[in-house]
Amino acid sequence: MYRYDEFDRTLVKERVAQFRGQVARRVAGELTEDEFRPLRLMNGLYLQLHAYMLRVAVPYGTLSSRQMRMLAHIARTYDKGYGHFTTRQNIQYNWPRLGEVPDILDDLASVEMHAIQTSGNCIRNVTSDQYAGAIAEEIEDPRPWAELIRQWSTFHPEFSYLPRKFKIAVTGSPHDRAAVKVHDIGLDLVKSEAGEIGFRVHVGGGQGRTPMIAMTIREFLPKAELLAYLEAVMRTYNRLGRRDNLFKARIKILVHETGQEKFRAMVDEEYALMQGESPIEVPPEEVARIVAYFAPPAFERLPDADPATDRLAAEDRDFAAWLRRNVKAHRAPGYAIVDISLKPIGGVPGDATADQMDLVADLAETLSFDELRVTHEQNLVLPHVRKRDLPELWRRLKAAGLATPNMGLASDIIACPGLDYCNLANARSIPIAQKLSERLADQALQEDLGELKIKISGCINACGHHHVGHIGILGVDRKGTEYYQISLGGSADENTSLGEILGPSFTEDDAVEVVDKILGLYRELRENGESFLQCYRRVGARPFKERIYGAH
Amino acid sequence: MALIRHGLPAREDFAAVGSEDALPEGAVIVPFARYRAEREALLARNAPLGVRIEPGERVEELSDDLPRLAVIALAFPQFKDGRAFSSARLLRERLGYKGEIRAVGNVLRDQIFFMSRVGFTAFEVEKDKDAAAFAETMAEFSQVYQPSSDRRPTVLALRQGARMAAE
Ligand code: SF4
Repeated sequence: MYRYDEFDRTLVKERVAQFRGQVARRVAGELTEDEFRPLRLMNGLYLQLHAYMLRVAVPYGTLSSRQMRMLAHIARTYDKGYGHFTTRQNIQYNWPRLGEVPDILDDLASVEMHAIQTSGNCIRNVTSDQYAGAIAEEIEDPRPWAELIRQWSTFHPEFSYLPRKFKIAVTGSPHDRAAVKVHDIGLDLVKSEAGEIGFRVHVGGGQGRTPMIAMTIREFLPKAELLAYLEAVMRTYNRLGRRDNLFKARIKILVHETGQEKFRAMVDEEYALMQGESPIEVPPEEVARIVAYFAPPAFERLPDADPATDRLAAEDRDFAAWLRRNVKAHRAPGYAIVDISLKPIGGVPGDATADQMDLVADLAETLSFDELRVTHEQNLVLPHVRKRDLPELWRRLKAAGLATPNMGLASDIIACPGLDYCNLANARSIPIAQKLSERLADQALQEDLGELKIKISGCINACGHHHVGHIGILGVDRKGTEYYQISLGGSADENTSLGEILGPSFTEDDAVEVVDKILGLYRELRENGESFLQCYRRVGARPFKERIYGAH
Repeated sequence: MALIRHGLPAREDFAAVGSEDALPEGAVIVPFARYRAEREALLARNAPLGVRIEPGERVEELSDDLPRLAVIALAFPQFKDGRAFSSARLLRERLGYKGEIRAVGNVLRDQIFFMSRVGFTAFEVEKDKDAAAFAETMAEFSQVYQPSSDRRPTVLALRQGARMAAE
């Protein structure tokens, strides 16, 4: 994992001191709420329905045990004993008091964390693949590049007042777990025919009100040019992105209104002009310095299979289910990647209590080389676990309610905070997630349904990624009542697609029934072990519309 | 309204002139549209001249005239309109402008640090108190990650320097 040096540490501390001053000015009445707003928004502090909400950055979703313990401490000391992991791989606290926020930031700084640029019209926390550095298929670990982008984007003087927020995701694997094509900029590490590794650059993806899939504007960008090229994209956007209409201000609108070829030419022109102006260059030694922090841990040489683990799997169905669903193949023999489900049946997706966080920290420290990940699907990951430790790990997770064997299944639901917390919401997201989870709880049923991504947003801002859910659920407001619109066929992986709206919306209870019916129809229609998504892509929307709304 | 120039409270010595106003004697700052329309006459005046540029206007269009302009005032109709941050960098880094770049309009104290990094050297702030806090706000950050028009040594360069010294 990356560790701060004196420069990183200084900057984060100075940011806390600056924010402390800003809070003091607010409390003293020198700043009105209107004047304070842009300042707090640069630091992840929102004013929600009932209280302030503080969003803490988990850069590219990576945490150490020490950091996780601090997150637990903050939940206990300043909040109501829990935190909420988000689809941006961050954590949010829903009940901090304004006066205490600088203290929280101080605590975070002590473990090399911060809330910098977790909100506001700036470059947000960079996200990445939660299995980086552990999964076998990886071309190269994306995290050093994500860290480089983190530093470059932190307090960028030119790009801190963009037309709108800006999200960058980086992945290093052919199978895309970082949803790069629904980000403002998505970067894939790819290998050229000459065997050189560089970036494929996608620009202009996004969700929200106008979901769009990013366009590829550069097939192969040499690594050394990454930051300079990003500056060219950012400058093009900063100058030309729309500022007349909040809903058209994201880069996706600029890119799609301009067109792929023309936008690419504009960026290329800007990039060419920048060459004469000492563009940002990262010395190879600096890249090497950062890469060294992400060197693989000292894996033992182990036989790939562990007999005791296999024996328990043969004897215990629950353990076997957990292995099947929550444990993934690791690149090192004898090791495994373990997903920790934050989706207990009937629970609040992404919530973890302080005690759970402490336990996970202990497990990471003793069983996973002190490393943890947060996923954009609102779960946690222990990336490097010896297979022989799996039985013990499972028992301890199970005792804490963290071993629900549902990764990738129907009850692994993404849901935004919705109307329970968020003042932009049309409808609640959490209760419908809970009802669906309970309805689909049966393990045999879930496994029979197979890979299924249900994603729920409480409003068109799409924090719950409903556009890219195999089944997407969107809260809408119909004459002051909460309704839910259902869409089918979305996906956020390397074959990204946007869901199609099924038809008129439903009440909460009806929506649960409708999802049930959709899944029933899928079971009737599927052929040769097709997943829900494959089946939907084959048969299209029609049979589902007919089943739900009747044939007309 | 208070003017800060090169970090110090300064006396306003330019008159901001609208598109229709009669030109007073002495130094003036005129809107870009007026400058375009009355360029010859304005340049022929024997007084320092400034041009005010709105966020959507392209500084590149001024490139040939820049040596003759004492002030480029980049407007912030709203503090959150950040286009002038790019304009300032382009003026300094691409167009080689050496004169005063002034931030005018809805300029917040908490933006001054970034503004000075991209090449602004003067700031019109709304509150006198904000002018007084200039030194404080500029001292809030002692390090920078990115190269910019201020040519401050970046963290990248400092790390590289430390590596070379260690060799
Ligand atoms: S999708 Fe809407 S309701 Fe949900 S968190 Fe985002 S803004 Fe709030």
